[in-house]
Amino acid sequence: MSLVESQLLPAHAVYRQIVGAGDHWSRVIKRGQIFRLVDLEGNQAADTLFYDAHDPASRYSASDTVRRQSALYLTTGTQLISTRGDVLLTIVADTCGRHDTLGGACSRESNTMRYALEKEPMHACRDSFIRGAQECGCGLGKRDITCNINFFMNVPVTPDGRLTFEDGVSGPGRYVEMRAERDVLALISNCPQLNNPCNAYNPTPIEVLVWNP
Amino acid sequence: MPSSALYTVTLSHAGMWSGVISRGKTLRLTDLEGGANAGMLLYNADLTVERYNMPDTLKGQHIFHVRHPYCLHSDMGRVLASITADTVGWHDTACGCSDARLVAEKYGEKSYQTARNEFFRNGRECFLIELAKWGLGERDLVPNLNLFSKVVADDTGRLSFVPGHSPAGSHVELRLEMNTLVVLNTCQHPLDPDPQYHPRSVRLEVFATPLASADDACRNSRPENVRAFLNTENYHALRA
Repeated sequence: MSLVESQLLPAHAVYRQIVGAGDHWSRVIKRGQIFRLVDLEGNQAADTLFYDAHDPASRYSASDTVRRQSALYLTTGTQLISTRGDVLLTIVADTCGRHDTLGGACSRESNTMRYALEKEPMHACRDSFIRGAQECGCGLGKRDITCNINFFMNVPVTPDGRLTFEDGVSGPGRYVEMRAERDVLALISNCPQLNNPCNAYNPTPIEVLVWNP
Repeated sequence: MPSSALYTVTLSHAGMWSGVISRGKTLRLTDLEGGANAGMLLYNADLTVERYNMPDTLKGQHIFHVRHPYCLHSDMGRVLASITADTVGWHDTACGCSDARLVAEKYGEKSYQTARNEFFRNGRECFLIELAKWGLGERDLVPNLNLFSKVVADDTGRLSFVPGHSPAGSHVELRLEMNTLVVLNTCQHPLDPDPQYHPRSVRLEVFATPLASADDACRNSRPENVRAFLNTENYHALRA
């Protein structure tokens, strides 16, 4: 795992926003802009979807991203590919080293399956995604909530085909940075999951920063 | 399994198929030549906004591949289908399907004008053609299953396709736990290193079979599946 730092200074960012634990956030990132997510306190999963801002039927595709690069984990150099095969963003810096795109987002329904029927009322990412999709004003809804990226989350796959949720490889202040290759709508659910170690059982805030090219 | 199928069809070349199969029936897919790939998507036929979900299927069962006795989960905490029989033991669901660019780069181009019905197709196009017949489209294209294909990951996450994984005659059986729209094509796996464009034939057979019993192997394969079956049966109880 190689870590790549960015030369960009937060003081020069054109946009900075803290996204509280369990909240959702969305914004259009313009082509050429640099978009950074910071894991402020460490071990936080930032569930993220991307759409082509001008044609959201073209959106981030976990399987196209994995297939195009023959690689399961996302890190510096990874191109984030759309369902149409377009490059939406390229990861240009990463001080965490590995991000997941197989584990998807939690939902109230999947929590009943994974943990217990009684977990159904707990706040979950896919409800946040639905609210964010509805609020963005582009006619998106549940149908558009596809398989996302989990920035800062560690989901190792073993050679014999097992999938495990491990304690994060992230830590306080670690970040991932990407360049938008076209205008993209980013939608984040800052994961509220309390039932597994993806947030170290304590969801915490993240920070979003944007720089102009 | 009953001795005779209710329905049989063989998909040849880059064949495609879609149909609604009701709860309780079993779909058997057979790799007739060896080396086939069956790209598959599943939707709740009564409300197609509920669909096969790769992450829930994998994380719910702590697996990176599917096989008997695992289940194929929807995005609503329910089971769309159970893998009740399987001579292959590993089916990919992480790598998606081919698209026009991949097919052109890997195999070149062969048009209808030169090759008639053996022109080159790709998985994405086949899915979109069949999805359109049910009022679905690009927004409904989610990570699919690749039955009969095996892709492994090393410690760094580098993926490699395992050739020769499915000999001729291999089969897998899916018992539908909900009324399910099944969308299929036989385009080659996108990571298949074979430089020849050569989709293999797959036979589909549908049988009438009993619902999952209380001691069913798929239902009881994991506590998550016990709960997903409960969710599915609650859904049917409300609709009945």
